[in-house]
Amino acid sequence: MSEMRYEAPRTLAAAIALLSGANGQASALAGGTDLLIRMRAGSVEPALLVDIKGIPEMTSIVAENGGYRFGAAVPCMELVEHEAFSTAWPGVIDGVKLIGSIQVKGRATVGGNLCNASPAADSVPPLIAAGAVVGIVGPNGRRESPVENVVTGPGKTSLAKGEIVTSFLLPRRPPHSGDAYFRFTPRTEMDIAVVGAGVNLTLDDGGVCRQARVCLGAVAERALLVPEAAAALIGTRVDAAALKRLAAAASAACRPIDDKRGTKEFRIKVAGVMARRAAEMALTRARRKN
Amino acid sequence: MSATLKPEEKKLKVVGTRPIRPDGVPKVTGLARYGADYSLPGMLWGKILRSPHPHARIRSIDTSKAQALPGVKAVMTSADLPEHKFEYVGPERVAVNFWHMTRNIMAREKVLYEGHAVAAVAAISRSIADEALRLIEVDYEVLPHVIDVEEAMRPDAPLLFEDMITRGIEPAPDKPSNVSKRIEFKIGDPEAAFAAADEIVETSFKTAPVHQGYLEPQACLARFDPDGQAEVWASSQGHFVIRALTARLLGMDIGNLRVYPAEIGGGFGGKNVPYVEPVALALSRKSGHPVKIVMTREEVFKACGPAPGSSMTVKIGVRKDGKIVVAEGVFKFQAGAVPGSPVMNACMCAFAPYDIPNVRSVGYDVVCNRPKTAAYRAPGTPVSAYAVESVVDMAAARIGMDPLQFRLKNIARPGTPTVWGPKHTHEGFTETIQALMKHPGYSAPLRKNQGRGVASGYWFNNGGESSAAVHVNEDGTVLVATGSADLSGTRASLAMMAAETLGIDYDKVRPIVADTASIGYGHLAAGSRTTFATGIAVVEACKKVIGNLRARAAMIWEVNAEDVIWEDGCARPAGGNKGRFEPLSLKAIAAKRSVTGGPIVAEVSVNAGGVAPGFATEFCDVEVDPETGQVKVLRFVAAQDVGRAIHPSYVEGQIQGGAAQGIGWALNEEYIYDTAGRLTNAGFLDYRVPVASDLPRIETVLVEVPNPNHPFGVKGVGEANIVPSLAAVSNAVSNAIGRRMTELPMSPPKVLHAIDSGRAG
Amino acid sequence: MSKHHVTATVNGDVVEFLCETHRSLLDVLRDELNLTGTKEGCGTGDCGACSVTIDGRLTCSCLVLGVEVEGKAIETIEGMAAGAVLHPLQRKFLEHAALQCGICTPGILIAARSLLERNPDPTEEEVRYWLAGNLCRCTGYHKIVDAVLDAAREMRRQ
Repeated sequence: MSEMRYEAPRTLAAAIALLSGANGQASALAGGTDLLIRMRAGSVEPALLVDIKGIPEMTSIVAENGGYRFGAAVPCMELVEHEAFSTAWPGVIDGVKLIGSIQVKGRATVGGNLCNASPAADSVPPLIAAGAVVGIVGPNGRRESPVENVVTGPGKTSLAKGEIVTSFLLPRRPPHSGDAYFRFTPRTEMDIAVVGAGVNLTLDDGGVCRQARVCLGAVAERALLVPEAAAALIGTRVDAAALKRLAAAASAACRPIDDKRGTKEFRIKVAGVMARRAAEMALTRARRKN
Repeated sequence: MSATLKPEEKKLKVVGTRPIRPDGVPKVTGLARYGADYSLPGMLWGKILRSPHPHARIRSIDTSKAQALPGVKAVMTSADLPEHKFEYVGPERVAVNFWHMTRNIMAREKVLYEGHAVAAVAAISRSIADEALRLIEVDYEVLPHVIDVEEAMRPDAPLLFEDMITRGIEPAPDKPSNVSKRIEFKIGDPEAAFAAADEIVETSFKTAPVHQGYLEPQACLARFDPDGQAEVWASSQGHFVIRALTARLLGMDIGNLRVYPAEIGGGFGGKNVPYVEPVALALSRKSGHPVKIVMTREEVFKACGPAPGSSMTVKIGVRKDGKIVVAEGVFKFQAGAVPGSPVMNACMCAFAPYDIPNVRSVGYDVVCNRPKTAAYRAPGTPVSAYAVESVVDMAAARIGMDPLQFRLKNIARPGTPTVWGPKHTHEGFTETIQALMKHPGYSAPLRKNQGRGVASGYWFNNGGESSAAVHVNEDGTVLVATGSADLSGTRASLAMMAAETLGIDYDKVRPIVADTASIGYGHLAAGSRTTFATGIAVVEACKKVIGNLRARAAMIWEVNAEDVIWEDGCARPAGGNKGRFEPLSLKAIAAKRSVTGGPIVAEVSVNAGGVAPGFATEFCDVEVDPETGQVKVLRFVAAQDVGRAIHPSYVEGQIQGGAAQGIGWALNEEYIYDTAGRLTNAGFLDYRVPVASDLPRIETVLVEVPNPNHPFGVKGVGEANIVPSLAAVSNAVSNAIGRRMTELPMSPPKVLHAIDSGRAG
Repeated sequence: MSKHHVTATVNGDVVEFLCETHRSLLDVLRDELNLTGTKEGCGTGDCGACSVTIDGRLTCSCLVLGVEVEGKAIETIEGMAAGAVLHPLQRKFLEHAALQCGICTPGILIAARSLLERNPDPTEEEVRYWLAGNLCRCTGYHKIVDAVLDAAREMRRQ
């Protein structure tokens, strides 16, 4: 067995230098709740682990231009317990809350949930629906990207060698906005999403939906932003007819697989149901907020 | 909450109370030692290499590179274990064939399932052991495999054993097959009775294999000395059985092997047989060092026996007045890689709850490329009860009777014949049904998308061999030693029965689980037998001690022993004319131990008969999400005849645990294989045992109809509770959606499909 | 194979240990520090039997590398009782018969304590969801939930 190095740099620059300069596979270690399982199963054998939890900008939650920026290595439980953030983005928190048990959320991070690149990641659809932007740092400096551009397929991202996602920026929200994430699992907890749906919408003063984003999880090779589903809501009062069109558009966008967690037929049908339920909750939240 | 129905007032001081268990504190402080918690100086780590193929011939195994790795002290294969004669040993219901067993411990000619052990190493660290496994080269000739029971029964199915001729068919078939055995039980004339029945209901069912899901993976520590003497520390349901099987598998004398019982982290039948113990001991024999093996969860799922999956057809005929006149069941069970599913139990218990004059029960034991099945809580019986209780429900609906009333009308009573011959001799079935009829929840209204289901279930329970020793210490405290593993509170119940019998306080009795060299033979803690059979041994040993104490009191008083009685924990004169003496307490007599004859000790071994069966009736309310097929269990009420609850909290706990496992079995638990014959959900993420937020409170009703053959009326309580659970949930879901569910688990896609096909129809 | 030298605090005591990079905190606790009260049920974070807190945060010790806990404060089941005095949760688990085989009990106690530190008055549903990461196969959770609620009640009175 080859030796595995472990480094815990204190700065981003040092982390990037380690990750981009490594011989063999180098893995960023944040919460480790996926990485350690894969290491244990022997499916990955990194030569270098770079623990990024000691880097302050990756582990902080700060207000920024009326929105929030949180570090990619912030444990999920810290986000859940951050009252102001949870109040501002309840739909994102819906997703974050579903990432494993309390124990797993004590370690797991949203950055890891995204970069692990599972189509079923629970935080990703609501982040995409929210219009979140990731900060990325690599050997060639910093860049930003919409969340939906990071994952390209199961286990695959658009990150270049040595690049890591450092933060998530959730923009300032207009009034009368609400978001929600619903997923389907056979158990109430401790499951991987069979289907997930995140909806983020904004109403005008008259209660008409002016902006909406709908994103589905676990129904394709990566989380799917579904403009047709959003279009079903925009310009409506999110009434029963609009919700029905939303559900149909969501189901129509699915291109799922059959696997141990669900069948194609089931996923397609339930995607519409989850999208509708998420939209209903987002609507309730939008109406509650001024 | 919990309710107890007591048919008689009891005059007991300890039995029926709820004291703190004696082994409790170490279990809440982390100090209790389970199988993986033992270590010895110089200990090595053992690891097992497992087959990646579901079916393959082993052409060769080259261990030389692993052997040469620094830090590796031994590598073993099946060549290190003796061959065994091909013969079935023991009563048919639990027969063992060591030719098969040794092949399951370590593959010989072929690997028969993914995860089958093929070699093992012992090394100075876990990392080195892991690396050594990668260096073992196995040359496999991959063979076609078969997973499903119906497919395995087809004439063109790949054969696991090319020469296996089905047992139980006359004349014997001339062609080999994967059907290891056919069994049939029959009473009356089913054909004629079906012809005469007013209504006939017939349906076929399938169930997936499920795992016991004990939280503690198999683990042991073994030490083999150069003189042939050996010791094993293991968590099991019976250290005497582990000793016997391990010694046999290694070809050593039982007298040379001492097995120490570790605390056991759940078994439910799955730890009745050894998996790691023979391997660790063989590695120790080969290396000269103690060896510890701890399975991973993946190994537990892939290599330790689950309960069988099945394919079944049940048919019953009823009269218009609600009397069941005939029943027939065909039960095809997956045995896994070698013969030995519990299909015989399934056939015997299936119709046992009912008084049916004409019955035929046919069972098939079928090998396929899955891990060898193991016992799981009333082995085989929840599966056949699922089919039977579904059809019983359909029949009740067909003739328009309330399902509990229908069951009550047909219930077996003392004198009702069983399919296997003897008549029922115990009461208690009726009372569980009546208890639920009286339960306020049973008549509570249901809302849209909700359904209520009921089911009953029978389980034999068990008696058999147990030993107990009672030592009276000089300060009046008492040690109770038995050879029965304590799965969930039996030390408490045994101590309670000892305290009650001796007439002393519960906290003056200290119970232990003694190792195989320190007490007489005790059979498995399985079959709901421990509180019954080991309880009898404890009570008998206490009575022997009382006889001894009476004799000492007589000596002190200078009277005849028969003039001394034992009452309320004291020796007293048998009557006014026997002399006027102050009562002598156990403590007072114990203090005079050395001058009245020396140590006060009694050991009793029994082969307990007089077993009374377990019987449970349950109802369950569910709500089905019509858009997703998800089932939420809203309420679960279980009534079980427990004979007498020695420690009611632990009896309730058995019922709650059995019901919870039944709910998991019914809704989401299953072994899922891919087309390559590999298990795809060998972990707790995708093998979905219920979590706390999945379950409701589980209400228990302890029906106490005492067993006259036990000093305190005990019937076993561990298993009957799971027998009806699968069917209760299935009947509830079927009623909620208005479609009969015929396959377990009722996972959301299946329920949604049933709902949608109902809509379409 | 070279090992890391790690210094951490376990149940209030400073400890040092050596571990390979890939060794989990769970392995370190059990095999290096001889604290076998923390159990391995799955090794993949799905059962909660290995629950500990690290700097007050509930986590599965099987999902943490030993080398990651340098300078951190870890609490395990062995540190739950105050010397010879059981924690109210430990006592209530015994009184309510909230354990059968007991293998899940250390993890559940640690998780339940973490809940009550944050929420001294949880509802039954909150208890069930908080403990969803701790599998118990024996009890059906009924008595566990009762014991946690009863301990919370008692702790609120103190």
